[in-house]
Amino acid sequence: MPSVTLILLALGLGLAGWLAARSRAWAFQRAPQTRLHSLPGYHGWYVALWAAVPALLFAAVWQVIAPQLVLGRMLSDPAAAALPPFGMQRDTMIAQAMAVARGEAFGVFDKAAAPLVEPARQAMQLYGGIGLAVTLLLGVAGGAFAYSRLNPAFTARTRVERAVMAILLVASLVAIVTTFGIVVSLLFETIRFFGMVSPLDFLFGTHWSPDPMSAAEQGDKFGAIPLFWGTIVIGAVIAMLVAIPLGLMSAIYLTQYASATTRKWMKPLLEILAGVPTVVYGYFAALTVAPAVRDFGQAIGIASASSESALAAGLVMGVMIIPFVSSMADDSIAAVPQAMRDGSLAMGATTSETIRRVLIPAALPGIVAGVMLAVSRAIGETMIVVMAAGAAARLTANPFESMTTVTFQIVAMLTGEGSFDHPATLSAFALGMVLFIVTLALNFVALRVVKRYREAYE
Amino acid sequence: MNRAAAFRAERLRRRYAAERRFRWIGFGAVAFSALVLAFLLVSMTSAGVDGFRRAEARFELDLAAAALPVDAARLAQPDPLAGLEGAGLPAVVDDGARTALGPDGAAQIDSAAWREVGEAIVADPTLLQRHIEVDVPVTGTLASGLRGDGSPVMRALAQRLKDEGKLRWAFDAGFLSRSDATDPQAAGIWAALKGSMLTMLVTLVLAFPTGVLAAVYLEEYAPRNRWTDWIEISINNLAAVPSIIFGLLGLAVFLAIFPNYRSAPLIGGMTLALMTMPVIVISARNAIKAVPPSIRDGALAIGASRVQVVFHHILPLALPGILTGTIIGMARALGETAPLLMIGMRAFIAAPPTGISAPATVLPVQIFLWSDEVDRGFVEKTSAAIIVLLLFMLAMNGLAIYLRNRFERRW
Repeated sequence: MPSVTLILLALGLGLAGWLAARSRAWAFQRAPQTRLHSLPGYHGWYVALWAAVPALLFAAVWQVIAPQLVLGRMLSDPAAAALPPFGMQRDTMIAQAMAVARGEAFGVFDKAAAPLVEPARQAMQLYGGIGLAVTLLLGVAGGAFAYSRLNPAFTARTRVERAVMAILLVASLVAIVTTFGIVVSLLFETIRFFGMVSPLDFLFGTHWSPDPMSAAEQGDKFGAIPLFWGTIVIGAVIAMLVAIPLGLMSAIYLTQYASATTRKWMKPLLEILAGVPTVVYGYFAALTVAPAVRDFGQAIGIASASSESALAAGLVMGVMIIPFVSSMADDSIAAVPQAMRDGSLAMGATTSETIRRVLIPAALPGIVAGVMLAVSRAIGETMIVVMAAGAAARLTANPFESMTTVTFQIVAMLTGEGSFDHPATLSAFALGMVLFIVTLALNFVALRVVKRYREAYE
Repeated sequence: MNRAAAFRAERLRRRYAAERRFRWIGFGAVAFSALVLAFLLVSMTSAGVDGFRRAEARFELDLAAAALPVDAARLAQPDPLAGLEGAGLPAVVDDGARTALGPDGAAQIDSAAWREVGEAIVADPTLLQRHIEVDVPVTGTLASGLRGDGSPVMRALAQRLKDEGKLRWAFDAGFLSRSDATDPQAAGIWAALKGSMLTMLVTLVLAFPTGVLAAVYLEEYAPRNRWTDWIEISINNLAAVPSIIFGLLGLAVFLAIFPNYRSAPLIGGMTLALMTMPVIVISARNAIKAVPPSIRDGALAIGASRVQVVFHHILPLALPGILTGTIIGMARALGETAPLLMIGMRAFIAAPPTGISAPATVLPVQIFLWSDEVDRGFVEKTSAAIIVLLLFMLAMNGLAIYLRNRFERRW
């Protein structure tokens, strides 16, 4: 892989610069009557940064643009004129020729691609050579420039520290760039989707049956209400009916009643429950819980109980959320001032009365915020519903039937063979946008509530 | 007067009963979680133990009589199996199976069975002069016959061979070293495990430095202004964004920039790094915050610069806390499935990936793919793969707890 070579080259130049500059700085110090402004190590870092950083930046950019340049040069070769103008076959032939030229494959499957190998190899050599030369040049030039500036009074430390601060700032900007990237990529594809399907049909339609293979206009098949309904029933109703009572009572028991030993064993246990991968929960839901739920449904006389049910997915999701609700409730109960608890107990209330009448009302904002975060987590959960909830988009209140969710449909739309320009594929991004906005709103409100409530007691 | 006392006693009795009830409900809630975890682990283990075994046929092979035209020098060269194949080992194994198991039994010997015999010969060339007994895998069809489901013909054949002592279940360590296959008898998890390791490596290399440096900036240097607020808001929100959204980001951005690296650990690792970074930032900020200000003041007072204070004093002291948070974030990334499905790491991968740019799959995705298979043999393999994944998770979480207890200082 050529980019690894470039990165290693840049780092090697940096190391060489570091060693050279440091020994030069030591040499300054050995001369009589000189005091270095900065320690020799900082001189080393200064030169190393100048030698490595521009070269690394170039290597990163080159990694992205070089393949395009190679492709362009290869296609300008007369041999490329024989290629089919577009389509799958053209892409396959180009890919085969490239693989042979890189030395990853020994021969082309398609004889017609054979004349392309030589131009591809030449183009790769040319641009590989250019990349190597420019990296080397940038590294050496940067290092030499920095090295020439060294002298005993040189303020290497301040400059290196300024560079460190810049690196720190860039690292923290990654978070903003990521958020921005999510918003832009979702927005872009969503707008393309809404160019094909009306937003009103999408948000308020009740019929969801996109067909990624059909080319026909199908605006009436993108009504997402059944998906929102399924998501709410599974994530916000069934899962919360399990998670809120169990999580809250676990937190109360562990903080108010349990002995230190019980707590010591039970807390890691809840952490393990929280750390189990969702695919494992999904498998558990599909293999163990779903058949049991179906048998139970049929036993109580619901003939339509299916082996993929909203109830099975919701129950397992609820179990998955228990540790989360528990730890949020734990935090907000712990934030209630001890004086309130002591006051209640001193009036003769039992522990449970204190908890129910004093602690929980006082901790309620925090608990509500925790529940909101738990809901946002449940509706974004994917693997459990993919494996246990089913694909049928229907508006039903019967939890023994299968329902589908937003996340399930995102996976279903994007893992098929559909083309990237088809509304079915793009609908996944529109669903993702809805999911993103809803979870963002829930988190934002929840964090606000937590913050304001904390301030009230501090 | 008496009635009032009785009333009071009655009310007190009821209040204490309510107290006990409440306490038992709380205990029940905790016990429920413990029971679910125990049930999950026990059911996965009991089903998964069977995934570590396979059906093997045992028969005798007279290699001395077969006199394969191959010498020790050829076996020392690269690719000795090709030499053995050219010398006719597959036919010898097939003949041996036919003699011992009958034609119907020999037809159910796995087509790659001679390779295992060949590997044994390469390890010990003297076998070529001996009369040996071999254990080779059979096909998935015969294995389901031995399990008791599958077609009646296979069940009868399996019963006959089992009664003759020629077919049995055997422990199969190869499950950890083979890769995915269409036959559950030949499937293993090494390709997925290696893919997971490469992906985790990319994630760690990208997310750890970025996360720690961002935390240092926000906690130690960031001025209070609108930019800093925006950074904090986005980090807190990213930590709560559903993982599948990161998959959409990877699909729309990373795969658009690097179309050649579809389903490569590089792209998977980059996607998971974005997801893990906020977790690392938040835990690193807490660890840095926990270092008392007197350390900063002391270092500043003897002339350290602000950068020196952080890199020479604060970071080493905060490191155990940072590592704990990093390991927990990495454990979460290791179990993540949905975003990797989005960026195409769901292909059938029959050979371990050669590098971070080669097509790969990861352990959770492998579990997901196997869970869709109807063959009963894959149910066992899925559970066995889940055991391996859970062991990794437990090991990582255990390491995090150990680090926290051993190195974290209370000031």
